[in-house]
Amino acid sequence: MNFTLKIWRQKNRTDKGKLVTYAVSNIPPDASFLEVLDVLNGDLVRKGEEPVAFDHDCREGICGSCGIMIEGRAHGPNRKAATCELRMRSFPDGDTLTVEPWRARPFPVIKDLVVDRSAFDRIMQAGGYVSVKTGQAPDANAIPVPKHHAEEAMDAAACIGCGACVATCPNGSAMLFVAAKVSQLALLPQGHAERKERVERMLAQMDAEGFGSCSNTYACEAECPKQVSVQHIARLNREFVRATAL
Amino acid sequence: MTLDAKIPSGPIEKKWDAHRFNMKLVNPANKRKYTIIVVGTGLAGASAAASLAELGYNVISLCYHESPRRAHSIAAQGGINAPKNYTNDGDSIYRLFYDTVKGGDYRAREANVYRLAQVSGNVIDQCVAQGVPFGREYGGMLDNRSFGGAQVSRTFYARGQTGQQLLLGAYSALSRQINTGKVKYYARRDMLDVIIADGQARGIIARNMVTGELETYLGNAVVLATGGYGNVFYLSTNAKASNATAIWRAYKRGAVFANPCFTQIHPTCIPQSGDFQSKLTLMSESLRNDGRIWVPKKKGDTRNPADIPEEERDYYLERLYPSFGNLVPRDVASRRAKEMCDKGFGVGSTKLAVYLDFADAIKRTGKETIAEKYGNLFDMYHEITAEDPYTTPMRIYPAVHYTMGGLWVDYNLMSNVPGLYVIGEANFSDHGANRLGASALMQGLADGYFILPYTIGDYLATSQFKAVADGHPAVAEAKGATQERIARLLAVKGKRTPDDFHKALGHIMWNKVGMGRNKKGLEEAIQQIAALREEFWKDVNVIGAAGDLNGELERAARIADFLELGELLARDAHHREESCGGHFREEYQTDEGEAQRNDKKFSYVAAWEHTGDGKEPKLHKEPLEFEYVKPSQRSYK
Repeated sequence: MNFTLKIWRQKNRTDKGKLVTYAVSNIPPDASFLEVLDVLNGDLVRKGEEPVAFDHDCREGICGSCGIMIEGRAHGPNRKAATCELRMRSFPDGDTLTVEPWRARPFPVIKDLVVDRSAFDRIMQAGGYVSVKTGQAPDANAIPVPKHHAEEAMDAAACIGCGACVATCPNGSAMLFVAAKVSQLALLPQGHAERKERVERMLAQMDAEGFGSCSNTYACEAECPKQVSVQHIARLNREFVRATAL
Repeated sequence: MTLDAKIPSGPIEKKWDAHRFNMKLVNPANKRKYTIIVVGTGLAGASAAASLAELGYNVISLCYHESPRRAHSIAAQGGINAPKNYTNDGDSIYRLFYDTVKGGDYRAREANVYRLAQVSGNVIDQCVAQGVPFGREYGGMLDNRSFGGAQVSRTFYARGQTGQQLLLGAYSALSRQINTGKVKYYARRDMLDVIIADGQARGIIARNMVTGELETYLGNAVVLATGGYGNVFYLSTNAKASNATAIWRAYKRGAVFANPCFTQIHPTCIPQSGDFQSKLTLMSESLRNDGRIWVPKKKGDTRNPADIPEEERDYYLERLYPSFGNLVPRDVASRRAKEMCDKGFGVGSTKLAVYLDFADAIKRTGKETIAEKYGNLFDMYHEITAEDPYTTPMRIYPAVHYTMGGLWVDYNLMSNVPGLYVIGEANFSDHGANRLGASALMQGLADGYFILPYTIGDYLATSQFKAVADGHPAVAEAKGATQERIARLLAVKGKRTPDDFHKALGHIMWNKVGMGRNKKGLEEAIQQIAALREEFWKDVNVIGAAGDLNGELERAARIADFLELGELLARDAHHREESCGGHFREEYQTDEGEAQRNDKKFSYVAAWEHTGDGKEPKLHKEPLEFEYVKPSQRSYK
């Protein structure tokens, strides 16, 4: 297969950046999108040009490193898949694809397609945990957890922290990311002692980082590679009301 | 050099308790006077950094990812073992200990393995308390499943994403300590050298991967939690950035490297489909609980699997191993798959695959039950291959997955370099010559939460520390050497990309140092790797600058180290004239094609010492003694 790629090139944080057009040819349909970037980068290096920088690691959809806007869609056109899981058979032969980094103020571009998502870490540091020291835990079966709660907590915990929700949200909101953690720990008895402080602190940090607010467009759920449901945002809102109004 | 494992005396079940009592403690008020550098934020690194900070030490945590949560522990799928005996099926600490020593083909230290089994229950408790959403039964209690190589159900799991959930648990504990300020965390830092001053590990040199600046981090001890070296094979289930540089730099500074040839080839991976491929994807071995492995009885049978009638299929694992069947340990399952394909029974377009079939399980339990257990794995398989495993059998083939070898450590997890600790997959660990399923997560977290935090205190309490600052000659020397190395890589300006060399190395490794090894092939490999290394330093093209985000430079530096490590791996495989676990020397097998150990000659840990570039490494032996689990021919029949 052959493709034309229009890729965002930006030298560093302060560079203005622009789209540059490249052609790639003889791509097998089973190749992943990132493998196409590998092929392109090999060609560029052989020509003495700088390869395209992009974050990636596990290449099986779990580490959350890759995150690329392809034709304006976070992680490309497929649902339930991160960029690394996307295979070229998903596109028509000869297609032209525009390839851009996540666009959101709290995710500044570092170089080309690489963005700084450390804002997510700082939100987690603000309260995305249960304060239990090593050694303090009771026996694992001491507190029963209803299966449906455990399952729903797992649905939320499946978040890979890739930032597709932010990149796709018209408001650049991180609500789905924050909600996934708040909801997971609100569903489990282990998280209850700190539920009030957790939701307040994580939301305060989210605001401080400059993420926008949620206006229920549900774009985040549609583009989430792990299909984390917006119902968790509803639970986050309940937790917030519970923490502040009650 | 004599390698003293420092195994405490006394009966095995009392060793760890006695040792904990005998170790010196650091007064709570004095803990803040010590700084510990933890490199890596996977299960071992994140759990260690968090636990040490909770104790009151100052911790510097670094990783080359943008976030601790990206560490490759995240990709572990199947589960984590602990002998809780919640299933009442006869499990015990002793049984887990026994299974692990036997599963490792009697090439692990008994005392370490026993301790691992002892603390593994605490690991589960800790994770549950952190909010790890393990799978549960309807009554609200934790569910367990059986996992490759075990006849009891002792494996805890969070769907097919157990590693992710455990890592996020450790990451949350680490995040909490970053918030308190006890952990200073640095992202996108690539450790490029270890600083040894006055005979003690006192710091590291790391490259800031955004600015390219070389930075010095100093402390009282250094903990390497930097993972395994499976990417020496190029294609593996490891993440793309997984590398051996941290442990290799330590090796070149005097830490000895143990059992490098003990590599694990995982039996259930999606087969390679072409040369463009950048990595292989694991399909959790839990699939073998319900899937049946088979090949056609007729060689070169190209019929659709659905058109091959039951009597023309060879369920070869069930045939060869009636009592374990499809659940034989990984090394056995991998070797048999290779054997079937080598004999011409392979399936799929490349003929390098066998079927893993769920038709019977779906018939027995229904599609929904299978979807609940393995849904995400089936989706992943479908995404990659465009085939639906609910209706057509999966094609699987073995792939490099885990490295049992690593830096040598004593019972305290300290290398032979004072103050240099190595935990998780980076050390030569507790798995002997073959790791059992669901044991890696157990070991990583046991090391980080419950072993290292105790043992490192003893070292700090009993050592004297001279002041080491930026101007110290050891710091300047390490920094200078790193600078020089980067400059050398950039100066070659040859024609081939770093990846080209990596692929070429992988090709040699897989064909000659892979699942089946022999004397002649290994000798060829040692020569070919040396030649490739020479070629690399003449013809590699590392584009871009040192002072910039430069993926090519990062990769080239790692590949340069793999080109040295690959040779050591082959040398170790060449010297070990026996077969054991994942190390299969074709010359040494039983009449039935099983691995044949030579306990008289090789019941030892092979630890290699670097003696200088271009010189042969020196072999040291730590004899292994088996007081409790008497070595026998492993039988899974």
